[in-house]
This record gives sequence, C-alpha cells and structure tokens, in this order.
Amino acid sequence: MAEIIKEEGGKKGGKRRPKKHSTHIDMTPMVDLACLLLTFFMLTTAFSKPKVMEIVLPDKTPVDPINAPKVDEKKTINIILDANDKVYWYDGAAKKAPYPALNASNFSKDGIRKMLLNRNRDLFLKIEKYNKDVLAGKVVPPRDTIAKRILAIKRADKSGGLMVLIKAADKVKYGNIVDALDEIAICNIPRYAIVDLTTQEKAMLEIARQTK
Amino acid sequence: MTPMVDLFFLLLTFFMLTTSFKPQEAVQVDTPKSISEKVSPDKNLLTIAISKDNKVFFNIDNGKDSTQHIRRRLLQGVGKFYGIKFPDKQLLKFEQMSSFGMPVANISEWINAENTQRDKMQIGIPIDSLNNQLSVWIRMSRELNPAIEAAVKGDATADYNTAKKVFDILVANNLMRFNLTTTLNKVEAKLDTKK
Repeated sequence: MAEIIKEEGGKKGGKRRPKKHSTHIDMTPMVDLACLLLTFFMLTTAFSKPKVMEIVLPDKTPVDPINAPKVDEKKTINIILDANDKVYWYDGAAKKAPYPALNASNFSKDGIRKMLLNRNRDLFLKIEKYNKDVLAGKVVPPRDTIAKRILAIKRADKSGGLMVLIKAADKVKYGNIVDALDEIAICNIPRYAIVDLTTQEKAMLEIARQTK
Repeated sequence: MTPMVDLFFLLLTFFMLTTSFKPQEAVQVDTPKSISEKVSPDKNLLTIAISKDNKVFFNIDNGKDSTQHIRRRLLQGVGKFYGIKFPDKQLLKFEQMSSFGMPVANISEWINAENTQRDKMQIGIPIDSLNNQLSVWIRMSRELNPAIEAAVKGDATADYNTAKKVFDILVANNLMRFNLTTTLNKVEAKLDTKK
C-alpha cells in the first residue's frame, strides 16, 4: 500500500536531477480498522461492575421455643408489604383483638424512611458522627475496617436496639423487599428479619385494605 | 490526520487493556436499586437470575482459574445425578457458555442448538419441592467449589414468592450469606433537627 510516485521521464536531456523518491503511505485502511476496533471495544466494555447488597438469612433448623431469641415488643417495628407497592407499619406485636391499626406509608423520602430514622435517632447520629470524624480526619481507621467499626457501633447499641420485622403479603414484588432492605441500610437499623405474616396480621391487613 | 490517528490508537489501546467484557446473559434482568456500594465478586460466583416472568436461571464461573473446569464437572455431576450422560464435546462447549434456565433433560438439546434458537428454550429451572433441580445445581456447585458465593439477580418486578423459594433453597444448601445484585442509587438520609 505504499505507493511510490515515480518521477516522470528522466532522460529528456538537460541536467540530470537527483531522483526524488517521495514515499507516501496510504493510511486510510489502517485508520478504518483502528476506528472499527475502537468502536467495538467501547461498546462491549462493561465499566461499572455490578453492585451487590449482602443479606444474611437465618438457618432453617428449628429452635426450641424456650431458647428462641426473644424480641422486645417495645423496640419492634413491623413493616408489612402489600401488593401494588403498598407499605404499612405498626409497633409492637399484635396478639388479640382489638388489633392496632396499620399505618399506611410509602417508599418515598418522607414515608417509611422518616419514621425509621426518627426511631433510630441515637444510633443514626452516632454513626453519622463517626463517619464525619473519619472524613474530617479526627479518627483514622485502618483501611477497610470502617464497615466493621459501624457494625460494632450497631452491636454495642443499647439505647434503641431497634428491631424491624419485614413481612410480605402475597403478590408482593421482589423489588419491594429489596426496597425495604434498602431503607434498613439507609437508616442504619441494627437488627432486622424477614418473617412471615401471622394470622392476626393478615386480619389487620384486610381491615387496612378496606379502609383506605 | 496524524494527530487523529494517534488519538484513535491511544483510545484503542486504553480500551483493549481495560476491557472486561459484559457477560452474556440468557435473560434481561432489571435489578432493583439500592445504596449498597459493595462490588460483586468476579470469581467463584454462582448467579441465580429471576426474570420478570418468574423463570429461574443459573450461571456459574469456572472457579479461580479455568484449569479447574468447574462448569464441565458440574454438568457431568448433575447429569450423573439424573442419569444423563453428556458426551465430551457437549461438556467442552458447556464450559464456554453462560447462564441457562431449563430442566436438565433439555440441556443437551440447548447446547447443540443454533444461537438464534436458544432463547426459546429458556423455560426456567424447576424449583418445586418435588422436582427441585436448582437445589441439585447449588449443592453440586458447593461440592466442586467450596469457596463459591451466591448472588441472586432478581428483576424488580418478579414475584417475591419465587425469590423466597430461591432464598429457601440457598439456605437449605447452607448458603446463608449471599448477595442481591442491585443498581447503585445514592440517597440522602437526613434527620430532622427538631424532635
């Protein structure tokens, strides 16, 4: 592809000039190829690695009821998810009629998050302060132990020790569960569990559906 | 033109060196959003995808290096469990493929199929308690690669009931700690100053 432009008719008499060999390489095909490959790599590259949210579920082996972990009613919040992105919550535990009324809520900024943040106030402030200290350089944690430190703060928390139970009714979308777990992560709730609806709660949900 | 070509080559080199290919997926999954910034592990990972229409798909990598041939041995093991013998050629091909969602009996047909025909065969892995093939896949994967981690990549609009079944199967196979694949979405959590 190197085309050599020859000097024309050199033997016309007169002075013999020094031969001029101008070599000119046609680069167009190479550029085409480079362009093609560039486009290919640009389109097929996956830059952002997928993000994940870690979740730990309890073992299924039955625990005997006497040694089963007890949850303080006063520190328990139940979040009930219903079909069509509906969220309800109530405090404590519903045992017998009259059942407590369910509070309707949603996944917006002022919905369930506001309630959880207010309930988890002390712990949230503690963790926020720790994060600020780290950013301001007051506390210098060894690398990649910030998450562990925050976990330790959560574990050591005696004041609130909030427990959030997430319960899903039928026909709930998977995205709603992840939303609920996400709210828990946002509000730094120390303890949570995904459990099934009780019979009482099903009745409560039925009432809430009718009174909307 | 030379500066342009220089730039092209620079970019080309950059992309060639940094590229990690998007994994080929059997199904398009629209993952829910979360604030989690944890990055998904890129090795020793088994991924269970749940599609919009509640079909379950399975994918696993070849372990920390391809000499372990995890996928090949996995298919061999699961085939043996169900009394199906896969020829070497199919095992070899399976090693290069990615996620799949079909009963074991259909896998041989899927491997041999044309690329354009494959999508139709993805009918989901059975997860009923009577024919729990997903559980077999997970159990065998754990036996072959004890370091394996699980990730559930569910579509936001999939039914929670299906996801719950998948969670239960993971827990039953002693994978209590697993990852939910999500899309990063930053949110501000602000506490009211007044009580």
